[in-house]
Amino acid sequence: MAKALIRVPPQARRGEVIEIKILISHPMESGQRRDEMGRVIPRDIINRFVCLYNGEEVFGAEFFPAIAANPFLAFFTVATASGELVFRWTDDRGTTESEAASITVV
Amino acid sequence: MSRGPRSPFRPTRREFLAATALGLALPPAFLRAAQASPESAAAAMKAVTGGAPLREGKVTLEIPPIAENGNSVPLTLAVDSPMTPAEHVRSIHLFAEENPLPNVARFTLGPRAGRAQVSTRIRLFKTQKILAIAALSDGSFWSASAEVVITLGACLED
Amino acid sequence: MPGASGFSLGGATLLTLFLALSAAGQGPAPPARIRAEDRRSGYHFQSPETQAMQDDDAANPGFLWVLEGEALWRMAAGPAGASCAGCHGDAAASMKGVAARYPAFDAAAGRVVNLEQRITRCRAERQQAPPLAYESRELLALTAYVASQSRRVPVQVAIDGPARPFFEAGRDFFSTRLGQLNLACRHCHEDHWGGQLRGDRLSQGYGNAYPIYRLEWQTLGSLQRRLRSCNIGVRAEPYPYGAQEYVNLELYLAWRAQGLPVETPGVRR
Repeated sequence: MAKALIRVPPQARRGEVIEIKILISHPMESGQRRDEMGRVIPRDIINRFVCLYNGEEVFGAEFFPAIAANPFLAFFTVATASGELVFRWTDDRGTTESEAASITVV
Repeated sequence: MSRGPRSPFRPTRREFLAATALGLALPPAFLRAAQASPESAAAAMKAVTGGAPLREGKVTLEIPPIAENGNSVPLTLAVDSPMTPAEHVRSIHLFAEENPLPNVARFTLGPRAGRAQVSTRIRLFKTQKILAIAALSDGSFWSASAEVVITLGACLED
Repeated sequence: MPGASGFSLGGATLLTLFLALSAAGQGPAPPARIRAEDRRSGYHFQSPETQAMQDDDAANPGFLWVLEGEALWRMAAGPAGASCAGCHGDAAASMKGVAARYPAFDAAAGRVVNLEQRITRCRAERQQAPPLAYESRELLALTAYVASQSRRVPVQVAIDGPARPFFEAGRDFFSTRLGQLNLACRHCHEDHWGGQLRGDRLSQGYGNAYPIYRLEWQTLGSLQRRLRSCNIGVRAEPYPYGAQEYVNLELYLAWRAQGLPVETPGVRR
């Protein structure tokens, strides 16, 4: 798919509610546009995003073509334990892109 | 190519001329597949609630009343909820009444979210009403809406 | 002057002359520079939401290209496997201030070049790597990465010496009427900056935030893409990418912007 930018605080206190920001590069072709010959450019979007915290899904999103290109999300999660946050995007073709970030919870 | 990709919903001159050449002064939206309407948005919302009552409150939809460009309109959705295992937001659904498709996004939360707040950027075809529905753990549904005006830029690039 | 009974020959000549002068791409107007205290980046003519998008590195889509540029900087290219980093080391140190002084006169090329052209030349000559096309993902990423190393550095370009004729050509272009709408850059961006043109507030026309993430494009794009769009906007046939006319204009715009900080990657509507 492409590059992703993740903003996760590297460290948090146990029980603290932290904000996560993610940006991924994707044109999110809506299926509404036409090319210069007038042909419809087929839909091709990221349709699903999940955030897993030490393997458990803590946030999920289903995207439709009305989500802007290079999708941006800011959401929250409770810092429960040290470990790994995994971010996974899936597109219309079923291709997935994953990124991970570590978090230390004190 | 000499020009970059066009805005997803804005008609090109070619499309507009084609419509007018046929003697039809139709709004460019008719050149595309059937567009959403408040009725189809209502149907999409009913699919979420199953016909359960939709209460106003608890949900705030922060979105600019005038958007500079319909390609990317930032918004923040928040639901007033303690987000405990006993009382939390299960999901938040977003709809645009007059986009080609009424559904915009669905977010699934739960007690591990800590705070029921999501920010993203959406595409809006034209000036319209945006609606948000929060489904709570007790089975209730709460909603909020906002009107967004989409302006036309100064210079057309096509 | 035309008489009551119709045009005299003299009057017709005067009228023709007047019309010819107003319609033709006449010579440069006296430089009506925007005073330093009134100088405002295009940032100031965006909505608060668009400004917020630029201000937050985690929300600014331009950083997706900066991130990619960082990877390309370290990547080997060409038969010798040379990378940008191989010669230039850490970009944060070696590239700081570079974008703030471009476009610049390039002795080897014998003309003023912009940052994209300087990068492309390095790739061709030092790395012997395949050329990067304008608006290609790679060139945008590298340009954004290099230019972002000059964030907050004030724009300061040289317009003297060998750069002078190119500066003057850019200055003249800025005041030249173009297209079916018969407008010059200065009509909007100097005479009417801050004014409302449909939904947009007119900026002063600077390139200090480029390459920018433009909401209209839904992607990152170069200053030349924007200049071509502006030309199309007044219904003029745009010059091709890399045209010296645009590079000269970029130099003039940079001179007009001097003192404003580089903002790359900017976010604009």
